[in-house]
Amino acid sequence: MTDYKNLKLIASSNPHIRNNEDTRSLMLDVIIGLVPALVMSALLFGVRALAAAAVSVASAVFFEWLYRKLLKKPQTVGDFSAAVTGLLLAMVCPVTLPYWMLILGNFFAIFLVKQLYGGLGKNFLNPALAGRAALVACYASQMTSWIAPGQKAPLLGTADVVTAATPLALMKGGEFATLSATYDLKDMFIGFIGGSAGEVSSLMLLVGGIYLIVRKVISWHTPVAYIGTVALLTLLFPQGNDALTYMLYNVFGGGLMLGAFFMATDYVTSPVTKKGQLIYGVGCGLLTVFIRYFGSYPEGVCYSILVMNCCVWIIDQYTKPARFGAVKEKEANQK
Amino acid sequence: MAKAFFGGVHPNDRKAATNEKAIEQLAPPAQVVIPMSMHFGAPCTPLVQKGDHVKIGQKIGEFKGLGAPIHASVSGTVAAVEPRPYSMGGKITSVVIDNDFLDEISEEVQAPADPDALSVEEMVEIVKNAGIVGMGGATFPTHVKISGGIGQVKTVIINGAECEPYITGDHRAMLERPEEIIGGCCYLAKMFGVEKVIIGVEDNKQNGIDALNKVIAEQKAPVVVQPLRCRYPQGGEKQLCQAITGKQVPPGGLPSAIGCAVFNINTTCAIYRAITTGMPVVRKVVTVSGSGVVEPKNLECPIGTPVSLLFDACGGLKDTTFKLIAGGPMMGMAQYSADIPVAKGTGAMLAFAEDEDKTVENPTCIRCGRCVEACPMHLEPLYLYLYEQKNLIEELEAAHIMDCIECGACAYICPGRLHLTHTFKVGKQKVKDAAAKKKAAEAAAKAAAEAEKKEA
Repeated sequence: MTDYKNLKLIASSNPHIRNNEDTRSLMLDVIIGLVPALVMSALLFGVRALAAAAVSVASAVFFEWLYRKLLKKPQTVGDFSAAVTGLLLAMVCPVTLPYWMLILGNFFAIFLVKQLYGGLGKNFLNPALAGRAALVACYASQMTSWIAPGQKAPLLGTADVVTAATPLALMKGGEFATLSATYDLKDMFIGFIGGSAGEVSSLMLLVGGIYLIVRKVISWHTPVAYIGTVALLTLLFPQGNDALTYMLYNVFGGGLMLGAFFMATDYVTSPVTKKGQLIYGVGCGLLTVFIRYFGSYPEGVCYSILVMNCCVWIIDQYTKPARFGAVKEKEANQK
Repeated sequence: MAKAFFGGVHPNDRKAATNEKAIEQLAPPAQVVIPMSMHFGAPCTPLVQKGDHVKIGQKIGEFKGLGAPIHASVSGTVAAVEPRPYSMGGKITSVVIDNDFLDEISEEVQAPADPDALSVEEMVEIVKNAGIVGMGGATFPTHVKISGGIGQVKTVIINGAECEPYITGDHRAMLERPEEIIGGCCYLAKMFGVEKVIIGVEDNKQNGIDALNKVIAEQKAPVVVQPLRCRYPQGGEKQLCQAITGKQVPPGGLPSAIGCAVFNINTTCAIYRAITTGMPVVRKVVTVSGSGVVEPKNLECPIGTPVSLLFDACGGLKDTTFKLIAGGPMMGMAQYSADIPVAKGTGAMLAFAEDEDKTVENPTCIRCGRCVEACPMHLEPLYLYLYEQKNLIEELEAAHIMDCIECGACAYICPGRLHLTHTFKVGKQKVKDAAAKKKAAEAAAKAAAEAEKKEA
């Protein structure tokens, strides 16, 4: 029978079983969640959208590999987190952005924001958004030139492309009437509007976001708090005649859907408790509306999330779960 | 309605391998090795020497302080009293008995004339002499729990959650020995002077719930069965109290602080047996399962049976077996040798041939917060991990690491595969060491100050 004396046994600590879900499968789910918006982007803007996404993902993964290789650290490209960053960065840039700028943005996101802080889990800013912020600072005109809806971007270059203002830019300019005449609500929801490659279709982002919530990759707390705050504030303080329409244009326009479902829910740069996530979502929403109303930029999703990223530590400190049994302790002390 | 506590995880229960298999009696072993430490507290002092003849139920180990006595589980001759490996790691003084297969019962085992006429003190005394401890694995001496709880305890809870995957011993007991469980409940109700006893059972054991309810109805016993929603660690004492009463045990406290006392299903059976027949704890039901076991089974065997005999009775182990666990997969102890005996707290022996703990080379926290959601003690495992890695002892203590019950839920759910539970065990020890060091330094300073005073 069994030779019990010669068993080669591992004596490790409990637990001895683990859940199937790991970092790689979670990141893969995020990528799957982004696919509908990416497909829509390709339909609206042409193959260039897919080419930009491919270049962006490849460069993000390359920079991650290069950094780990140069510093002789264990390879981490297999966890797909770099691929997610690359994909997200491509989706928050105009589809006509030159490829080399996209690569530069990924260098900033992966090398500086992520790896120099210690790699996955250690960075305090969302790498994709930080990459976008850096690109806006460096190449303001390319980062704010939007291809008009109904046009396909050429695979290379930007010649002969007609540009259009984004709905939020029109709103900022006080041209709400022009806006509602140019794009009706259906256009806004489905994505026949000017904007970044992956942010235009609220419908597809909603599909992807719900997929992530159903798969329990993200919880509803951050996106609902974020979108809810924006909706409430724009409903209460509309800058047009019809509050409801104004609110819907604000919710569907710009990067709110992409930001709320895919950026603000980034594990690494958001609070760990549900209560914290609600506060964080409300904070993002407040800042977004403030920037849209009072800032010099028409859109505020990127910066409001980056600002809230910086507040995560303090939010975590003030939203610790109540100690088990401590409620009783307090009551007992009062007696 | 099914109740549950806050937090926890829901692993696949993997109970299908054994939950329809009746408890089998293992063929009597030729030799048993009875460790003198099978309870929470100091080890027992052996009462026998090499060459002594012993009978089943004879007391062979006496406790002092917190503990419970230990009895011979077979009749025969003491072959040795020497340190032997046991399931808690390392070696402990053990009494080795060669079985004479005569199954003689000791004269010490006396059934009370009328069990129902016993006073509370007499019943507690019987429980104490029978060496009953928490059979779910915690092995806290039962008589201490009872005598300490009388007067304070208003809710007596029987733990039939059996939330650990694989283990089915309690479930089988519900199906095969419901009278013993309900009988034990009645004696507990009498001892604590409560009107009813609550049995908490997870709703993946519906037939067990039905079997108990049938006996309760027949006997009109003062017992109710409370179904619980499946959730690990439901069977944790504090979590079970929370699920059933909604109250939380204060930090560092015992369930008696909120008027609760919790007993395992098999402990309840042992109480019934001791009070009705006088037989102490000498046998144990063990679930033998896992991917390394050829034919998983529920086996009942004398305490001290070498676990290799249990595996043999289940068709042996697969060649690829790389892990042996005494207890469940979430809280059990991995063994470095198969040369250990079954003890009072051994509810399962698992053998794994497949990599079920999915170790990775480079565990990385991605701050997903799943551990915070899972922690039944409302801790933030990711921060505890960070503090331990940085050796921040004061922060560890301030974050209540000592509240950790080491249930493994956080490490189970962690997508980054961090060794959280392991880290917290180390962290708790660091906090204890730091406290002891501080105390010693204070005592030394005080002594020095006093010496100075005297000189002056």
